[in-house]
Amino acid sequence: MNSLILSAATRFLAPLMLAYSLFILLRGHNEPGGGFIGGLVAATAFALYAKAEDTGAVRRAMRIAPELLSMLGLGAAVMAGVWGWWEGDAFLESVWPFLVVEDGKKEGLPVGSALLFDVGVYMVVVGAVTALFLALEDDASRSPDDEDADQSGER
Amino acid sequence: MLLALPIAVPFLTGVVCLALRASPPFQRLASLIGAAASVIVASRIAEAVLAEGPFAEQMGGWPAPFGITLAADMLSAGLLLVTSICGVAVVLFGFSEVEETSELRGHHTLLHVMLGGVSGAFVTGDLFNLYVWFEVLLIASFGLLVVRGGRRQFDGAIRYVALNLTATIGFLTGVGLLYGATGALNMADLHRAVAEIDDPRKLYATGALLLFAFGAKAALFPVFFWLPASYHTPSFTVSAIFAALLTKVGVYAIFRTFTLIYPPDTPYLAEVLMAAGALTMVVGVFGALAEREVRRVLSFSVIASIGFMIVALSIGTEAAIAAGVFYLLQDMFLKVALFAVAWLAVRRGGSEDFRLSGGLWPVAPMLGALFLLPGLALAGVPPFSGFWAKVLLVDAALAAEAWWLAALALGVGLLTLYAMARMFSELFWKPRPAAAPALATERPPVPIPALAATLAMVGIVTYIGVQPAPFIAFAQIAGAQLADPSAYIAAVLGGTP
Repeated sequence: MNSLILSAATRFLAPLMLAYSLFILLRGHNEPGGGFIGGLVAATAFALYAKAEDTGAVRRAMRIAPELLSMLGLGAAVMAGVWGWWEGDAFLESVWPFLVVEDGKKEGLPVGSALLFDVGVYMVVVGAVTALFLALEDDASRSPDDEDADQSGER
Repeated sequence: MLLALPIAVPFLTGVVCLALRASPPFQRLASLIGAAASVIVASRIAEAVLAEGPFAEQMGGWPAPFGITLAADMLSAGLLLVTSICGVAVVLFGFSEVEETSELRGHHTLLHVMLGGVSGAFVTGDLFNLYVWFEVLLIASFGLLVVRGGRRQFDGAIRYVALNLTATIGFLTGVGLLYGATGALNMADLHRAVAEIDDPRKLYATGALLLFAFGAKAALFPVFFWLPASYHTPSFTVSAIFAALLTKVGVYAIFRTFTLIYPPDTPYLAEVLMAAGALTMVVGVFGALAEREVRRVLSFSVIASIGFMIVALSIGTEAAIAAGVFYLLQDMFLKVALFAVAWLAVRRGGSEDFRLSGGLWPVAPMLGALFLLPGLALAGVPPFSGFWAKVLLVDAALAAEAWWLAALALGVGLLTLYAMARMFSELFWKPRPAAAPALATERPPVPIPALAATLAMVGIVTYIGVQPAPFIAFAQIAGAQLADPSAYIAAVLGGTP
């Protein structure tokens, strides 16, 4: 699309949405939010950017193929589970390396395997939704001639 | 941790395969290693169940029934083991058959994610978690259907997804209602909670929704029509693993739900299962007789086999459930073998369509002999595994005085033999029709990985047929654990059986 208003607004909105998605991701630890919904907000930012500019711009801005991002996220989530098993007893058990409990009070940083899991989910959602969106957007903006060529692969 | 590995290993393999997406050789290597690792994991689980009976693990350390429990009894362990072996065979088979474009688009990743979803469904002890695994394997299987691209593939995939989504919604609604009625989701806990339901309407409504959902996944009459509409469109590799695993997940869910959650003496349950199973057998075998394309015939034969398993469950005695488990497990190998030999024959003959095929026997007699073996096994001819499956089933039916079921099973077996013989004759014995393109006079190069996988599957099916005792013993333990789930419940919830 070629709209000055959209493209100017996106330059302001997309970073804001991305920052907000991180906020939702971290907030999700104890309050509504989390990796899934945060990932959707981030994917919306990329979708907006794709509409304002084009899909190539989004791919360049992401620097990493969205499919790969989602797979790395899946790996991170699985590793969070394995970490809990390694340190604790059960797969997916929460591990808090920076948290010490003294006199019934928790001291330190509540960062651990639960956050790694949530970050993994965030990456899966951003990657998968963006990949889907970019693929659909590429298809929609392609000329009819290309489509004929595409179907020659059919058997 | 052991019980989480059948899920974690395929998922990690999928991740590695995607990371190696640009280079098919490395991707194949990773895929094969991952599939082999799953076999090791599954055999460790089977060993543990054999030694100590059913056992469970609480994910995240949350005790049952509050957290998500993974649990394995003999049925789960057997299914995991057979799934992983079929996984190796199909990965190997795919090396010969799947086009490189599909591999570049993520065939291996999708395959392993699907295997992870199937394994998850087999080990989970939580009804809602079972729904999640159904979703995982549905999404991955959707990807596998369309990874090749092309109009026919999309057509098949849309039918597949439409009915499966309907079934999934039924499943979700059923789980929601059941949770509303009992406040429980853990399957072992539901065993107690469902027995306490006083209003029979709640029992019937939830049970009927779950049976509809699982029946649709298993391709049970009357919700089977999505299967022959979609299984012939993807690559043979994908058809083979779908036929081996996906309907079996539905069968597993029916076995688990209607022995553990709903007591087998729930009113109308045995009658409904028996009617659905018997009709599925009949529709499946007549469908196989009517079709005129290799994979459409095989798709209907998948449906007929599902009928046998459900009929076995509906008889409800311990021996009958054991027969159902034996049928279920050996059928998975058999389905891979059937689709594998079908590809070898179609590759040589050039077409799946009976009108454009024939005359293969003079040029490829060895292939013809190989082609016959799984078909005979499916029909229940000795010395293959299918023979013992039918012997056990008919024996259990006679012991329970269900004469007509025994007669029906034998009749459908005979018609299956006819359907398989017809397919053999159409591809091999019949003179080649004039409309068909001429056969290549030179033998094409032997696809070594595919042939190895095929021979392994046919070998396993024959071995079970020749040495059935340990496998039948295995199935009998599984049947006993299903008929009396107290050990499973004790393993999940703690306490002594």
